[in-house]
Amino acid sequence: MLDPADAAQLSARPNAREWPEGGNARIPYRVYMDPEIHAAEQRLIFQGPTWQYLCLADEVPAPGDYKTTFAGEVPVIVTRSEDGELNAFENRCVHKGSLVCLRDSGNAKILTCVYHNWNYGLKGELRSVAFQRGVKGRGGMAEGFRVEDHRLRPMRVAELAGLVFGTFSEATPELESFMGPEIVARLRRVLNRPLRILGHHSQYLNNNWKLYVENVKDTYHAGLLHLFFATFKLNRLASEGGVVISESGGNHASYSRRRTIHANAEYDQARLRASRNDIRLADPSLLDSTDEFGDGINVQILTVFPGFVLQQVENSIAVRQVLPKGLAETELNWTVLGFADDDEAMTRRRLKQANLIGPAGYISMEDGAVGNFIQRAAVGAGDRTTIIEMGGYGHASDETRTTEASVRGFWQAWRGFMGL
Amino acid sequence: MSPPDFDAALQLRIADLQARYADCLDRERYEAWPEFFTADCVYRIVSAENHERGLPLAVIDCDSRAMLEDRVMALREANIYEAQRYRHILSTTLVTGREADAVSAETAYLVMRIMRDGATMPFSLGRYLDRVVEEAGELRFARKLVVFDSRRIDTLLAIPL
Repeated sequence: MLDPADAAQLSARPNAREWPEGGNARIPYRVYMDPEIHAAEQRLIFQGPTWQYLCLADEVPAPGDYKTTFAGEVPVIVTRSEDGELNAFENRCVHKGSLVCLRDSGNAKILTCVYHNWNYGLKGELRSVAFQRGVKGRGGMAEGFRVEDHRLRPMRVAELAGLVFGTFSEATPELESFMGPEIVARLRRVLNRPLRILGHHSQYLNNNWKLYVENVKDTYHAGLLHLFFATFKLNRLASEGGVVISESGGNHASYSRRRTIHANAEYDQARLRASRNDIRLADPSLLDSTDEFGDGINVQILTVFPGFVLQQVENSIAVRQVLPKGLAETELNWTVLGFADDDEAMTRRRLKQANLIGPAGYISMEDGAVGNFIQRAAVGAGDRTTIIEMGGYGHASDETRTTEASVRGFWQAWRGFMGL
Repeated sequence: MSPPDFDAALQLRIADLQARYADCLDRERYEAWPEFFTADCVYRIVSAENHERGLPLAVIDCDSRAMLEDRVMALREANIYEAQRYRHILSTTLVTGREADAVSAETAYLVMRIMRDGATMPFSLGRYLDRVVEEAGELRFARKLVVFDSRRIDTLLAIPL
């Protein structure tokens, strides 16, 4: 799949300075600031042996449907070909490198590059080249040129529970092995039947992509940064829950059960910001939740390395695609979901609970800003490091959320792919 | 040319409502913001993309004035965000429909966001699709649909549009 030149270029390691002492509990700030590291991530992670979430299978339901998306910063087209198969390939014409698809989505029999009318089939194969034989016996492609020798750079594609993932590398393990069985089980727990897309949010974060992914994996911050539940007396960090981490470290699922909440002295001490006692929701219908999966888990946040998130917050279900946009910017694409068999009341419940999540979410808006606080504060920090010691130094699953084990797991995986 | 049923007094009253609404938010008088709505109002902020494709998801989705009050309480007491305020620039209001007890109107808006250090950016561009009713001599929004064209939301949206 990869030609040797690509393979050599893709495996080039960044200039490996010594990692500071402390392993995954000490992260040097330069990982968020260094353009060389950013370029290496694009090769070694996003085009390397990892799976990228591309879209939902329901976004390309019929033959001829296509959707444009990204794998890291690389533009990608996902198609459903005439044989019903899903395909994904780089959105870059083999001729001069123009984007082939310029729309978000559509339906076509042939994908045509607007620049010189080179035509591709829905599996990315080059079909024809305008004026290949020249005009009136003059011009035309060189003698040895064969359309059969060229195609849009393909990805391997895998579908799981209605999610479409792709990878540019042949070395990537099968998707379910990459995720790990405990993560696949947690994912299937939520995405257990046909989906309905309720809509999309696009949120632009002014920080390196890893700061957002770390934030999603950080179970320690939830009750401290997000004060909505606490202010309105709706939740406690001390509620029962835990975190499941894949063997690779890169994938995780955290969960909590709201019904076991009790007041907790440590929590009250840890809260530095004063809260008023008299605050209650004027319209509590916001949190009219049902235990739809029958296991009492009211919040589950799941990640797959590097940039996929599945969220269940009460009855609000969404997938998030984390896309780097240069060193210090990130686009966060939310697709908010229900199920095909939801009745009107359930759909309304999900839409109302979507007030909790997204760019204006009661318990998520802070996550849009906090990465930028770090990006701005750490400008001069260079080789100084963060301290990620809550819960020790390892990245094993734990039955508490007062831990940073899943953040250390992220760095375990990241350092492995980066050779750092 | 104005339509034959053009009602200058009504036009002025609706435009005045829009101006006072924007002024309330721009002056950071958020506690007064729910008073522009009826008790059983609908207030939704939706992307033009979702709106045009018939997808029901909203960024903020309220179906009562009490939910608006909760928004204000949360942005004052619970949510964490860097100090910021808005300046609304509104178009002339277009009255698009009249019924016995309600008026439909459309107004385009541009909201500039001003951060604490003065950094100013075009934060949201779109239009208000409103249904206005009269309650005890006051015009109020029975429905305000904020349809934003600008798709991406930079960082976060804490203050209503």
